[in-house]
Amino acid sequence: MTADDAAPPTSPVVRIAGVDKVFARGDQAVTKALEGIDLEIQSGEFVSLIGPSGCGKSTLLRIVGDLISPSTGTVTVNGKSAERARRDRDYGMVFQAPVLFDWRTVEDNVKLPLEILGQDAATRTARAREMLELVELGDFMKHHPYQLSGGMQQRVAIARALAFQPSILLMDEPFGALDEMTRERMNSEVLRIWEQTATTILFVTHSIPEAVFLSSRVVVMSPRPGRITTVVDIDLPRPRNEDSRESRRYFELVTTVREALRRGGGTADDGATIDPASVDRTMAEGAVG
Amino acid sequence: MATATATRGGRPAVYPDRPAGAGRRRRALTWILLVVGILVVWEGLKFLGGTPWRAPGSLPGPANSILWNPPFRWPFVNDLNLPHVWNIALAFFDPWQRGADRNVAQLLFDAALYTWKEAALGFLLGTVIGLALATVFVHSRIAERALVPYVVASQTVPIIAIAPLITYAFGGSTLAVVVIATYLTFFPVTIAMIVGLRSFDPRALELTRSYAASRWDVYRKLRLPASLPYLFTALKIAATASIVGAIIGESPGGIADGLGRVILTYNQYYITGPEKLWAAIIASGLLGVGFYLVVRAVEVTVLRGRPGAAEG
Repeated sequence: MTADDAAPPTSPVVRIAGVDKVFARGDQAVTKALEGIDLEIQSGEFVSLIGPSGCGKSTLLRIVGDLISPSTGTVTVNGKSAERARRDRDYGMVFQAPVLFDWRTVEDNVKLPLEILGQDAATRTARAREMLELVELGDFMKHHPYQLSGGMQQRVAIARALAFQPSILLMDEPFGALDEMTRERMNSEVLRIWEQTATTILFVTHSIPEAVFLSSRVVVMSPRPGRITTVVDIDLPRPRNEDSRESRRYFELVTTVREALRRGGGTADDGATIDPASVDRTMAEGAVG
Repeated sequence: MATATATRGGRPAVYPDRPAGAGRRRRALTWILLVVGILVVWEGLKFLGGTPWRAPGSLPGPANSILWNPPFRWPFVNDLNLPHVWNIALAFFDPWQRGADRNVAQLLFDAALYTWKEAALGFLLGTVIGLALATVFVHSRIAERALVPYVVASQTVPIIAIAPLITYAFGGSTLAVVVIATYLTFFPVTIAMIVGLRSFDPRALELTRSYAASRWDVYRKLRLPASLPYLFTALKIAATASIVGAIIGESPGGIADGLGRVILTYNQYYITGPEKLWAAIIASGLLGVGFYLVVRAVEVTVLRGRPGAAEG
C-alpha cells in the first residue's frame, strides 16, 4: 500500500452532499433515481461508481458534470457550484460512445474544445499532438474517426477530454462497448494517463474487475433508488500492471466488491449498458451553455 | 495492437474506397447507353411511323427523292413534332435567324450564359434566405410552427402565375428574373436544412455542454458541419430549379438576352423550324445539368473525407 492511496487531508475536488434525483415523466409515476448521496473525492483520486444497470450511477456522474441538476442536495467542485465549474471548463467528459465528429480528422477532433476555448492555432496544434501522443495515436492524426477501431476512437475521445487540462475527468462507461481484450488494454492505458497527468477521475462502470484494477476507491451502489451501500478502498499496490490482475489481493478485492454488490441487491456485469434515467430529454433541443 | 483494423497510407480499411476508376467508368457507360437508348427509340419511332425520309436538300415532291417510306403515320412523331436528331444537331450551325451572322449555337451559348448569371444570383440569394429561415426554425419551435406552412404554401402557387406579377413589380428588369429564381430556390434549402441542422448526434450536445459552448459555437462547430450533406442535396435541386425559374422569369418581361426569349422566339417560328426550338430545349437542359455538376463538384470537394462521401 502506497501513501497516495490513503486519502490525504486536502480539501476535496468534488463534494456531493445529500443529492436526490427524481425524474418526473408527464403524468406517469415519478422515478426515484438517486437517494441521499454523499461522497467526497480528493484531488488525484481515481474513484469508480459501480452498480447494477439503472442504479443511477450515470445519473450521478451527469449531476457532477452539471449535464443535469439534482432534485435536492448540492454538488461542489473545486469549491464552486457544479454549473460554475462547468462554465470554468473544469470537466473533461468521456462517454460510452466516442462521439467524434465524422467530418473532422482525429487531430481536429482533439482541437474542438480548444477552438471553443478560443486558444490560438499554434497552441491547439501543439496541444493536440501532445495529447494524441499521450494516447499513442500520434501516427493517426490525419485519419478520420471512421477509419479507426472502436478502442482507438475511444482513445481519441480521451485525448480530446484531456486537451484543455480539466481538473477532473468524468468517464461514463467509456469501455462498455469494447471487447474484453481491448478493454483490459484500455484500462492499463487509462492508468498510465492518470499517473502521467495527475487528473482526478470519476469513472462509471459495471465491470467489477475494471473497477478494482483502476480505482483508488470503488463506490458500490444499490439498485433504484440508487444509494451508496459500500465504499471499498482498493489498496492494490501501484504501479499496477497486468500482473496485478493475477495477484491474490486483486481477487480478494474483486470478491469484496462482488459481495458488496450482492448485499446491495444487484449484480453488476449483467450486460445492459444504457441507463434510461440518465438521458435527460431536455438536452435534446436547445438549452446549451 | 488496435492498429490491426487501421490503415496504411491513409486509405480506410473499414470503408475502403472503391477503385477510383471503376465506378466512374460504369456511371459514364450507363449515361452513354441511356443517351443512345433515347436516340434509338426516337429514330425507331420515326422509322415506323414518321414522315417519309427524303434525301438531304430535296424538296417535297418527286417520289424518287424518298429514301424511306414508314409503314405507319403517327402524328406525334412526324417531322414537325419530333425532328430527326441529325436535323436538330445541324440546326445548331444554322444562322439563328435568316441572314444573321451568328449561328444558333453561338446565340444559345450567349443566352445560356446570360440566363445562368441570373439563375446563379437567384440561387445564391435563395440559399442565403433558406439557410437563414432554417436557422431560425431550428432554434424556435414557435417560428417553425407558425411560418413553415407559409413556406410550403408559397410553392403551391404556380410560378407561371406569379412570374408576371413579379415582373411588373420590378419593371421588367433582370432583378425580377433573379427574384423568381430566388423564389424557387429558397424552398428546397429551407426544408432540407430544417432537417439538416438537427441531424447531428444528440449525444454531441452533452459534449458541447461540458465545454460550456455557446449557441453560436454549437451552430458553427456542430449543427452546420453535420448539415452539409443535406445542404448539398438541396443545392443540387436548387441549381436546376433556379435555371427553370430564370427561364420562366425572362418570358413575360422584356429580357431579350436570355434563353427565355430564345425559346419564345423559336416557339413562334416552330412551323418553319422546329429543330431550332429543340436546340434551345437541349441548351436549357445542358445549362441545368452543367449547373448541377458545378454544385456536385463543390460538394465532392467540401465533403471529402467523410464516410460515404463518394456516393452520388
